Parts: sequence; C-alpha cells; structure tokens
Amino acid sequence: MGASRTLAEKVWDLHLVRRGKGSEPDLLYIDLHLVHEVTSPQAFDGLRLAGRPVRRPDLTLATEDHNVPTTDVELPIADPVSRTQVETLRKNCAEFGVPLYPMNHAEQGIVHVVGPQLGLTQPGTTVVCGDSHTSTHGAFGALAFGIGTSEVEHVLATQTLPLKRFRTMAVNVNSADGTLRPGVTSKDVVLAMIAQISTGGGQGYVIEYRGNVIENLSMEARMTICNMSIEAGARAGMIAPDETTFAYLKGRDRAPSGAAWDEAVAAWRELRTDADATFDAEVHIDGDALTPFVTWGTNPGQGVPLGERVPDPARIVDEHERVAAEKALAYMGLEAGTPLREVAVDTVFVGSCTNGRIEDLRAAAGVIKGRKVADGVRMLVVPGSMRVRFQAEEEGLDAVFRDAGAEWRSAGCSMCLGMNPDQLAPGERSASTSNRNFEGRQGKGGRTHLVSPLVAAATAVRGTLSSPEDLADGSA
Amino acid sequence: MDPFSTHTGIGVPLRRSNVDTDQIIPAVYLKRVTRTGFDDGLFHAWRQQPDFILNIEPFSRGSVLVAGPDFGTGSSREHAVWALMDYGFRAVIASRFGDIFRGNSAKAGLLAAEVAQPDVELLWKLLENDPGTEVTVDLTEKTVHARDLTVPFLIDDYTRWRLLEGLDDIGLTLRHADDIATFETTRPRRLPTTS
Ligand code: SF4
Repeated sequence: MGASRTLAEKVWDLHLVRRGKGSEPDLLYIDLHLVHEVTSPQAFDGLRLAGRPVRRPDLTLATEDHNVPTTDVELPIADPVSRTQVETLRKNCAEFGVPLYPMNHAEQGIVHVVGPQLGLTQPGTTVVCGDSHTSTHGAFGALAFGIGTSEVEHVLATQTLPLKRFRTMAVNVNSADGTLRPGVTSKDVVLAMIAQISTGGGQGYVIEYRGNVIENLSMEARMTICNMSIEAGARAGMIAPDETTFAYLKGRDRAPSGAAWDEAVAAWRELRTDADATFDAEVHIDGDALTPFVTWGTNPGQGVPLGERVPDPARIVDEHERVAAEKALAYMGLEAGTPLREVAVDTVFVGSCTNGRIEDLRAAAGVIKGRKVADGVRMLVVPGSMRVRFQAEEEGLDAVFRDAGAEWRSAGCSMCLGMNPDQLAPGERSASTSNRNFEGRQGKGGRTHLVSPLVAAATAVRGTLSSPEDLADGSA
Repeated sequence: MDPFSTHTGIGVPLRRSNVDTDQIIPAVYLKRVTRTGFDDGLFHAWRQQPDFILNIEPFSRGSVLVAGPDFGTGSSREHAVWALMDYGFRAVIASRFGDIFRGNSAKAGLLAAEVAQPDVELLWKLLENDPGTEVTVDLTEKTVHARDLTVPFLIDDYTRWRLLEGLDDIGLTLRHADDIATFETTRPRRLPTTS
C-alpha cells in the first residue's frame, strides 16, 4: 500500500479523479454538496449563463438557514431582500432538480446540523458547502471544507474540485484518565486550542484531533470541535471514526443498512492514521489543565480561561497582536485587568452549528432548570434544526427555557450572524455559543463573548460571565 | 475572467491584521442574488469613521490594498472578493491570507500577492509618507514596485498561470469529463444520495 498515510491523506486518495501534473492541482470527487441560500444564487446564475446542468443533483442538498426568521415562521419573511434570497433558492432548486428542505419542513435546519442528523455525512466521504463551518462534518472522519461561490458553481457543474494538497496537523488532546473536569466541554477545548495556535496557526492545514479526550467525546461534542477548526485558519478538522461514530450513524435515514452496513463499517475501520505516518505539525493540549474558556476580543483566538482577567495589551510583545488587542478592547468596551466574571452581558445566545444540537440544549437546560434568567438579560435559545427543536420539545426542554424566562425559537442560524432580525443593538454585549466574535458579527456594534452552552446558561442566570460552579453557592 | 498580467494603481495602506471577511463585508450585505453591486458594503463599519483610510483622498481612489497579516480570514463569503473588486481593487498585498479568501480571489480575478511582512512595512511607510503613490503589481515577474522599491511576491504557479491566461476553472475541469465519468463507475454503491 506504499508509504504510511494520515487519515486526511487516505480520504484524499480515495477521491482522486485525476492527479495533477507539475504545479497543477489534483481533481477530487465530491460525495456530498450542501447548499444554502446565501452563497448559491450567483453559482446557479453561472450555470444558467453557460447552459450547464447540475451534474449530480442526487449528491446535492439544499436547506434554508442563514436568513430565516426564528419567530412567526409560518408567515412570509418580512424582510423583502431576505425573502428574495430564499425564494431564489427555491426557484433554483426546482429548476435544477436539487432536493431542498425549505422553512417549516421537518428536516429544515442549519446545513451542518442537517447533514449529520440524516446520516448523510459518513466516514471517508468528501463534503463541501459554500460555508466555512463545513469543517463540522470532519467529526465523522469525512474530509469536509468550506468553499466560495465560484467553487460552488464548479461542484454543481462537475461534482469535483481542483485542489492543492493540504498540509496535515495533529492536535493531541490528552488527560490522565481521558476525561475533562466537570463543567469543561469540547467548546472549551477548541477555544483553548485556537488561543494557543492563534487564528492563523492552522492556515493551509487539515487538522486531525486525536488523543484520549477526543476518543471519549460524543459525536456532537466532536462536531463542536471540528466546527471551529476554521477559526484557527484550518481548512478542515477531522476525527478518525470509531465505535462512537458507528453507533451514532446506525439506523439513520441515509446510513447504509443490512449487508451494506457491514461492508461500510469494515471500510470505515480502515480510516485511521497509520501508526508510523507523520504530520507536518503537531500540537499538544493538556486536557487536565482546561477550565471553562471565554473570548474577550474580536477574533476567536483572543480568549482566556473564565477565571482570568481581561489581558493587558501593553504586555503583548508582538506588535500586530498588541495593536489588535488594543483595538479589540476599545471595540469591546473592556478595561484591561477586569475579572471576566465581572463582565455583565445583555444577551445570551444558545444555538448555531457549533452548539445548537440536542446535547447542547440539554446541557444549557440542565443548568437553567429551576432558575431564572437575570433581570435585564435576554436569552435566546435557537435549535440548530427542526429535528432538534422537536426532540427538545419532546423532552420538555422548551418548557425549562421558557419557565426560566428565555425565548424558545424555531431553527436557523439566527444571532450567529444576524442576517435575520435576531441581532445585537450597537454596544450590546452577548455571551454566545456560536463561533465568531468578529466586530459586528451579531449586529452592528454588537460585542460577543464566545462560550460553551454551560457557561452561556450560567451567565444568563447571574447576568455576568459565569460557569455553573458559580451557581452552586446559592448566588443564583 | 479577464487575463491579468500587470496592474498599476494608487496603493492603500491598511494597518490592520486579521481583517476577517465579516469586516470586509458584513452579513447584511450578502442578501443580494447578483455578483455585483457590493461596493457599498465594503468595510462598511469602518467607512462610517471619517478617518478610515478609504475616506481620505487620494486613498479613496486606490486599487492596490496593502494589508496586515491574515487578511480575509473567517467566513467563506466570496462577496468579500466581489466587494473589493466592485470598489475598484485589483490586487491585495499581505504577508498571509485566509485560505478560502485566497482561493476565491484566484477564481474571481483579484490578485492576492503574498509579500513578506518586512516588505509590507516598507510599502506602508512609502504609501503613508507620500499618499497617492502608485504601486505596480507585475504578475509576470512576481514583483511589486512603488517608486524605487521593488519587492518579490509569492503566488502558486498554477494560480499565476490561470490568472495570466484568464482561464475559467470549470472549462478546464470539463476537459477531464471522461475521467470524472470513469471515477463515478468505481464509487461504492453504498454511498448515500440526497434524493
Ligand atoms: S450557524 Fe453561524 S456559523 Fe453556522 S452556518 Fe449558520 S451562520 Fe454559519
């Protein structure tokens, strides 16, 4: 079988339509192309102009997520521009024969929640979408990455992409017994990782997450980590499939069944980095040292443990980072030296493709159950898909959130990017389970602290950035 | 796509690192279904500030952006490239780019030229000391000149060739339609479909 290879290299090789000659890129086959309303209209237009069909509508799936309102979902979308975009997707899908889950459909939701829950995202496949958080699907051992609109058109037309080989990076997360401390989640792992390697540290790499902590995580927790690989600059994040992966997939709508299941599992078991394969870079994270993590700045690498203080830019040696930190603190309205636990928020957002799955909602509900959202704080809980919403409602989580004074919404991207009416007002501050704290991401002038669902819920109760352990003393 | 060989225009020093694509164009501007008309969204929040570089003459007429490291990180939105081009930019110079942004630029015909950070600093000084200085980005030679300064830039050979020839990727790939069809016959039947 030749030289030893990493997981990413194996999946790459399985999809090689044509190896590039000289400086030419390789041509890779794409198994699953997910489409949404924002990054696809110009791609469909391109096809129309060139008179090209969609090569494989049966490997393409569209859903409406970025623009959709999360209240009054039975009514037409109030914002005419959003409505046009959603209607354009519907027209394009009808014209080109692409299956679509529109608003109010039982399978509608955020693309990166929909693919896995249907069992469409499978080990060893290639998955692309005109959305950078496509890296989420790597949790199954898929090679999954975000693409731009020109590439969306390319995949629609050819079901392939010309790509340069990525470099490989191992991120090893280990602890003495393979667990994390109570209150520490996979969100904290990935935020700590980004702070360690910086937002550019993963550029040009596919990350493979390894180690006993990763092996013990649930599929949903793994998705949270892979989701944020892009925030470290990496194109993709992957985790080798194992029994946890197979158990999650078994019985899902689009997962193989019968003899095909056995054949699939046998093939999936091969998808591991060879023992003597080498990575182009290796990073180690001490799982025992991790505590709940929050961001203080305007990129996801600007984060520290919740127990610390807002850092002092004057102590940052690198000039670019110092200037960036000064600008970030000015934008965030924070003083260096302030304990993060004293930072008061106006809004708490639980949702997004990072933390909008059922386990995330259960975790947040577990903290908030029997407690109240603090006065003056608004808490929005937005399930990542309609399935997640129905599941949560079946478990009574909606009632837990409502009783606490939170708003229970319908599925979509919502305040993760504020394309729909769910936005922060200028100067408003949020604790958010989403993935980007960029300036204005959640609304113009809005200030975002990225946190785990546990920290989000505890913060809602106390009104300042908090972890569940802060609630134990009865201060709630 | 029009071929790109060399471009000369006013250089704009943007002394910011980690300019993510949400800063280049915020999400609310992504609702258009066309490929053009995004210039009003470019750097929208920063353009509200009178002292932002693009609000200052002659930088407002610039076409070569010289930015800090990690330009174009974050969201995959190709609208960021379209907004820069709609505004009039033909080239962006930085020491590091977000991967997806770099790919999107190559597809849309915006030159993303990777210049070492010390050379970026030299360009910044030159452009700040003498606003309106023209910068020439020469893709054939892989160099950037301004006044008596000439510095090299990096770009991968394939992207350079495609930009020089103005070639469309889909057309190039479809030359291998037979290879794609052959590959499809080898895919395991157990792989999922969406329909
Ligand atoms: S939830 Fe946020 S990050 Fe995820 S796809 Fe939607 S907008 Fe993008």
